[in-house]
Amino acid sequence: MSKKITIEPVTRVEGHGKVTIHMDNQGKVYQTRLHIVEFRGFERFVQGRPYWEAPVLVQRLCGICPVSHHLAAAKALDVIVGAGTGEGLTPTGEKMRRLMHYGQIFQSHALHFFHLSSPDFLFGIDADPNIRNVIGVALKHPDLAVQGVMMRKFGQEIIRATAGKKIHGTGAIPGGINKNLSVEERDEFLKGADPLNADKMVSWAQDAVEFFKGYYKANKEFIDNFAHFPSNHLSIVRKDGAMDLYHGVLRAVDAEGKKILHDVDYQEYNKYIEEEVRSWSYMKFPYIKELGQDHGWYRVGPLARLNTCDFIPTPLAQKEFELYKSLTNGKPNSFCLHTHYARLIETLHAAEVIRDLLNDPDLLGDDLVIKGTKQKEGVGLLEAPRGTLFHHYRINDNDQIEMANLIVSTTNNNEPMNRSVNYVAKSIMDGKQEITESMMNAVEVAIRAYDPCLSCATHALGKMPLEIKLYDDNNNLLDAKKSQ
Amino acid sequence: MSNLVKFRIDKTECMAEAGKYIVEAAKENGIYIPTLCNMPGVKPQGACRICTVRINNRLMTACTTPIADGMEIEMDIPELNDLRKAIVEMLFVSGNHFCPACEKSGDCELQALAYRYQMFVPRFPYEFPQKEVDASSTRIIKDQNRCIFCKRCIKSVKDEQGRSYFAFRHRGHKLEVVLDKELGMSMSEEKAEQAMQSCPVGSILVKEKGFSKPIGKRKFDHSPIGSDIKL
Ligand code: SF4
Ligand code: FES
Repeated sequence: MSKKITIEPVTRVEGHGKVTIHMDNQGKVYQTRLHIVEFRGFERFVQGRPYWEAPVLVQRLCGICPVSHHLAAAKALDVIVGAGTGEGLTPTGEKMRRLMHYGQIFQSHALHFFHLSSPDFLFGIDADPNIRNVIGVALKHPDLAVQGVMMRKFGQEIIRATAGKKIHGTGAIPGGINKNLSVEERDEFLKGADPLNADKMVSWAQDAVEFFKGYYKANKEFIDNFAHFPSNHLSIVRKDGAMDLYHGVLRAVDAEGKKILHDVDYQEYNKYIEEEVRSWSYMKFPYIKELGQDHGWYRVGPLARLNTCDFIPTPLAQKEFELYKSLTNGKPNSFCLHTHYARLIETLHAAEVIRDLLNDPDLLGDDLVIKGTKQKEGVGLLEAPRGTLFHHYRINDNDQIEMANLIVSTTNNNEPMNRSVNYVAKSIMDGKQEITESMMNAVEVAIRAYDPCLSCATHALGKMPLEIKLYDDNNNLLDAKKSQ
Repeated sequence: MSNLVKFRIDKTECMAEAGKYIVEAAKENGIYIPTLCNMPGVKPQGACRICTVRINNRLMTACTTPIADGMEIEMDIPELNDLRKAIVEMLFVSGNHFCPACEKSGDCELQALAYRYQMFVPRFPYEFPQKEVDASSTRIIKDQNRCIFCKRCIKSVKDEQGRSYFAFRHRGHKLEVVLDKELGMSMSEEKAEQAMQSCPVGSILVKEKGFSKPIGKRKFDHSPIGSDIKL
């Protein structure tokens, strides 16, 4: 008799996810599936709306990374209003957008590390979930908790100053931005009272990298062996190969580091990327066309980005990048839990970029919007905190959106997340009859490394109960477990 | 000076020229009576009833009722405020008012009234009507999802010959305010801008201008509707 185990919903992962683990009659895992309730209604209900509404409308997809959707949509519409494909904006327009984006990366990464992941590292993944949460961190490591809250706040204030609101602002408009930065706003970020200033953020981001390195030293075996499997990696990079989270060309490398997408123009992404539909999942599975469904799937996000880029164009993050690369002798890194390490290096990079941008007088300029010859279609890509985000729109003669296609980061990571969960299930559940707490935790840890926005919905952290159900092949419930 | 009359609004002594509409007279005395379909320079129509006040136990629309000597007007009282809130709620449920993605958000009078009267969830069920977006004219989008039939556009947006750019079409549930196809095609940018300004909600939009006003610079970002009316 084969059994089916269902874990639902996954706590401390935004949105809803459900894991089913299928076991054969020997009690061996033969298939694991991560079901994500990905509501793709947005592509339908932007149809018929005026195109300039898209950046404000689609950001409602998510309460954690609305800015990424806001900016990706705006980038696609830049193309439509004839403002070029990412390099044509005015300096103020371009740099305000970048500031907004790196503020978003910074706050989201801080949230992820301090609120969602640090409990696993501080207490161990097998610790009692009642302690292993952000409240536990606040009680036992108040300094770290304060740091997390303040870093997030700083990033959110950057977003407020550029987009008008901390969440769901309106800053980016087709062809540019609707406001510049005032001298007061800039000075507040540069010279604000401790700790809310750019220098402090850089130094705290350095501390966070150090924290992880210390943890890694002590737990090398666990970190390296947890859901480690090779894959392709995809992201945008700057034309010269530097890390650029806001704009660039599309690059993918294989597990050996060989380029499989050669810095191509993302306006033609659908020449290179295909999305596969599988009957059991609402979420599509993207892959690189040329390599086919079996070999063309890829990872996106921090781990992938540190594998695709040649260097990081800010000095402190570059130094950490070199150290990080030395762990794998310069080859792509496929250690699932190194994603956290990569994320923290990016956090440091974001802090440095924010500091540099704030010192750039272009942010104070008045030339906000540029427009040219109208186009019917446009694609906007950027690196959202969780990975590459694709927005593609086509409009009709009356300026209404006729077609929209979004590939969100979590969709891009669909296959690798499934593989990670499968890997963990196989290594822990094989031959076991019962669902243990550590099994539940390990599945969560595997999913959490990707920082997915499962249904791109907002939920109170840690409030969702974790439920595991065990079924036989006739769908009879054999066992049920629930955690708080 | 001889035609000045005395009246009271919620016990506040006021004075104004006889014959002025109550809404105007109140304004001159620093008192805000909410309005929606009313618009300066246009003959009042009494269409929305948001300005309802009580005089001698009778409910009257303050935008259409002239002031008279010795009038005792009840205005800012719980019963009437709840009535106003109910009107706002009805307008919300009978259209598709999706504020989060509307470019009029922050400048919208209906939204501002909802804030002023602290509407959280309407007490009436949403109708979710099927409505069209007409984007066929060169300068304007007419989004029927948001029209509250106040007639402000019909009454105020006219060409040199006095012809209205907007008009009613159909009746009952099918009623809609539409842009005249021919006039719409030759509409100047200035007229389009005026049309958008005339609309208290986001039913008339000038094309390709959306969201250019940053948050913080919109009409009701810092103070609620009506707070500009003080002595
Ligand atoms: S379009 Fe605007 S101004 Fe015209 S009737 Fe509708 S709500 Fe009133
Ligand atoms: S404002 Fe008086 S009825 Fe509309």
